[in-house]
Amino acid sequence: MATFTLNINGKTQEVDVDPSTPILWVLRDNLKLVGTKYGCGIAQCGACTIHLNGTATRSCMLPISSVGNQEITTIEGLSENGDHPVQKAWLEVDVPQCGYCQAGQIMTASALLEQNPNPTDEEIEMVMNGNICRCGTYVRIRKAVKMASKS
Amino acid sequence: MTLVKTKIGRRAFIRNTGLAGGGLVLGFNWLASCKMTPEQVNSMPKEWFELNGFLKIGDNGLVTIMSPNPEIGQNVKTAMPMIVAEELDVAWKDVIVEQAPLNTDIFTRQLAGGSQSIRQGWEGLRMAGATARQMLKEAAAQAWEVPVGEITTSEGVLTHNASGKSAGYGEIASAAAGIEVPEEVELKEQKEFKIIGTDRMNVDGTKIVTGKPLYGLDIQREGMLIAMIVHPPAFGMKLKDMDAESVKSMPGIKDVFPIVVYPEDAEKQWSDGGAIAELAVVVGNSTWECMQAKKALQVQWEEDSKPESTAYHDEALTELLNTAPKEAARKDGDVEAAFKTAAKIVESTYSAPFLAHNTMEPMNFFAHVTSEKAELLGPIQTPEFLEMTLVSVLGMPKEQIDIHMTRMGGGFGRRLYGTFAVEAAVISQKMGAPIKLVYTREDDMTQGTYRPSYKVRYKAGLDENGNLIAWHVRGAGTNDDLIFENRFPAGAVDNYLAEKHSLQTNVTTGAWRAPRSNFIAGAEQAFMDEVAEAAGKDPIEFRLELFDRAISNPVGNPEQNDYDPERYAGVLKLVKEKSNWTNGTSGKSRGVSAYYCHNSYVAQVLDLTMNGDAPNVDKVWCAVDCGIVINPLSAKNQIEGGIVDGIGHATYSAMSFKDGVPEQSNFDSYRLIRNMEAPKEIETFFVDNGIDPTGLGEPSLPPISGALANAMYKATGRRFYKQPFISDKPPLVG
Ligand code: FES
Ligand code: FES
Repeated sequence: MATFTLNINGKTQEVDVDPSTPILWVLRDNLKLVGTKYGCGIAQCGACTIHLNGTATRSCMLPISSVGNQEITTIEGLSENGDHPVQKAWLEVDVPQCGYCQAGQIMTASALLEQNPNPTDEEIEMVMNGNICRCGTYVRIRKAVKMASKS
Repeated sequence: MTLVKTKIGRRAFIRNTGLAGGGLVLGFNWLASCKMTPEQVNSMPKEWFELNGFLKIGDNGLVTIMSPNPEIGQNVKTAMPMIVAEELDVAWKDVIVEQAPLNTDIFTRQLAGGSQSIRQGWEGLRMAGATARQMLKEAAAQAWEVPVGEITTSEGVLTHNASGKSAGYGEIASAAAGIEVPEEVELKEQKEFKIIGTDRMNVDGTKIVTGKPLYGLDIQREGMLIAMIVHPPAFGMKLKDMDAESVKSMPGIKDVFPIVVYPEDAEKQWSDGGAIAELAVVVGNSTWECMQAKKALQVQWEEDSKPESTAYHDEALTELLNTAPKEAARKDGDVEAAFKTAAKIVESTYSAPFLAHNTMEPMNFFAHVTSEKAELLGPIQTPEFLEMTLVSVLGMPKEQIDIHMTRMGGGFGRRLYGTFAVEAAVISQKMGAPIKLVYTREDDMTQGTYRPSYKVRYKAGLDENGNLIAWHVRGAGTNDDLIFENRFPAGAVDNYLAEKHSLQTNVTTGAWRAPRSNFIAGAEQAFMDEVAEAAGKDPIEFRLELFDRAISNPVGNPEQNDYDPERYAGVLKLVKEKSNWTNGTSGKSRGVSAYYCHNSYVAQVLDLTMNGDAPNVDKVWCAVDCGIVINPLSAKNQIEGGIVDGIGHATYSAMSFKDGVPEQSNFDSYRLIRNMEAPKEIETFFVDNGIDPTGLGEPSLPPISGALANAMYKATGRRFYKQPFISDKPPLVG
């Protein structure tokens, strides 16, 4: 066990965990920030996507010891009132079915638009390809990313 | 308005009037109560009045509607309350939806399965709204001393035109709660609907996109421990021994032990299918610590039954296809004689592998079992059956067991089998502490309860004019006999023979989104395409001819046929028109398919271009007849999801076994369809016929693999008989 100081959603948080603990479980178990989801634990499904210094990152294979004071943003911190353009587009298109993958989808999409505000259809598909949706909402995901990119 | 007796679900209304009479009803469930904004808190009523088990009305006019059935992503949590709200005649913006807990005194069939929630809930939900509305009218009539027949309602307001009196539901709710349940109520006509048939956003949408706790895996409780299990590494193995001591001292670990989940005398329900009787358990403070201990734990296993491999399943199923069963499932005319006279014979065999459900949220459940009470909370499609099993396994009466359902990160049939919830309960009982059982993805994917593997052989005979004169289908599946003998084309062919076999295996299987239909529809519709081609006919015209036959001169007893040929032909004609079938899209290859299952009719046309070996699906047109559509916005989402899911599994996914050991255990070895592989566009069209609604969670999935195979044939000149059509390893991402 060791103490780590993290910068999460603009707040400083201290946790005492094993240095190998992935950020996903620190968020979920220690900090009770359960918006970030567990889907595979091996960086294949994207359910656990967070922003690390603004870049979409899989938190399930990111040990706390490697994070230092880099800025972490989770779905809970994406916007104050749930009104990030990507969140708004997701609601308007009514993307979710079960909804479980959607926090990860939104974190991937919002990082994409941050870096590339006007992605082409191909760029959207390519970037969103890392996030699995078992319910098959891919067509709506693309539409919502497109809508958010225009706003 | 139509006058209807309030018999359906009357239990729910009667029982509750006893409790009502203006009492304060408190208590939002834990998920709904998390962090309301100040505006939300201010707009909450001071008192709630329960009019029946489905709804309560606040003194300010807000209405809480209980959604009785489990929500697995099929969106009943929005659709079911919409039906209640419609008949109650309130504005949708004034409705708050809560997930009802299991309550067999009030609700019937609290189950998510078979696409039946809307179909079977329809009348009861309408009654719930309509009786409450009637009680409000009665109460207003008494208060205003006017005849009840002169009172009208609209969007939560009662009005008596002659006297000019009016009041919101909130003002009358207290008095209405004391009114006797009416013997008869008026139901709206379809043309009077203001909510049903309109687009309404998912009631949990905001919580989903902001990451609020909604799912079983998100549950946190004071003093809660995490539990994980180790199950046998192969089918046919059972627990022999384990070295618990060496991992007990690992950081954060509370206890490590073997546990008998199902004692030999346990009374099991069908929902305990796939149960593993004894498991190794690790309990600790955190998920990560439990995962480490689980990895380090040494467990010895022993053989229980002979381990099986995929090669064996394949051979055994083929052998069954080569064997005539003792009895036919259905026999009309004489296929053998007809084949002798046929001008052309077409024969093909189709197959598909085992599939895992792979809900994105792995299996999990919270349980807190004490000597007085068992509290269970989590993702379960069959809470009522879970309760029955718990009565036996925990040795506790039903009254002491409380089951609450969370929103589920997918179901697809997997959470019909609540063995994981039973595991959570017995672990909590042993620990004497609240625990949350968590499966890793690997636990989840290798546990079993798979979609069975299947093989089917078709043989069809055509006369010299290209008329279908004989149809023989023989199917086999692992623990499942695959064939629906009374479905199309039964009833449309003079000589028809359906035969089926089931191969007993120790790899556990269960219902997987649209059981059996998920494979047989695509196989049948791909074969139908081969037969139409041999007949020299357009594939849609060929099918329509058969439906004409089933309409005008059905073979056998038409009651026996499990479909309505007119509605079936209806969706085909609609998709033909919408897709501009006759002219097609230039440069694209197209295929068609149609199927009826779970009481709904679906026809699809699919356009694709090949990208090497892989299909690039440009567009899918989908015509659907599910009667009245409750919420078109999410109904289309279900259709789209089923299409993507069906294309994905037929093209990419498979579970295989070597000596009982699953060869896939996570998404690096099990391939699921991804964004780039999904159709570019899906357009859905509903038949508007005013028939009572049927479900949509399953029906769009089964036919699509047929449309896909038929279009791939057009593009490549090759028929695709074996799923998955592409058997590459998944691409690594991330
Ligand atoms: S849980 Fe991290 S990518 Fe799947
Ligand atoms: S909405 Fe269910 S997994 Fe994406």
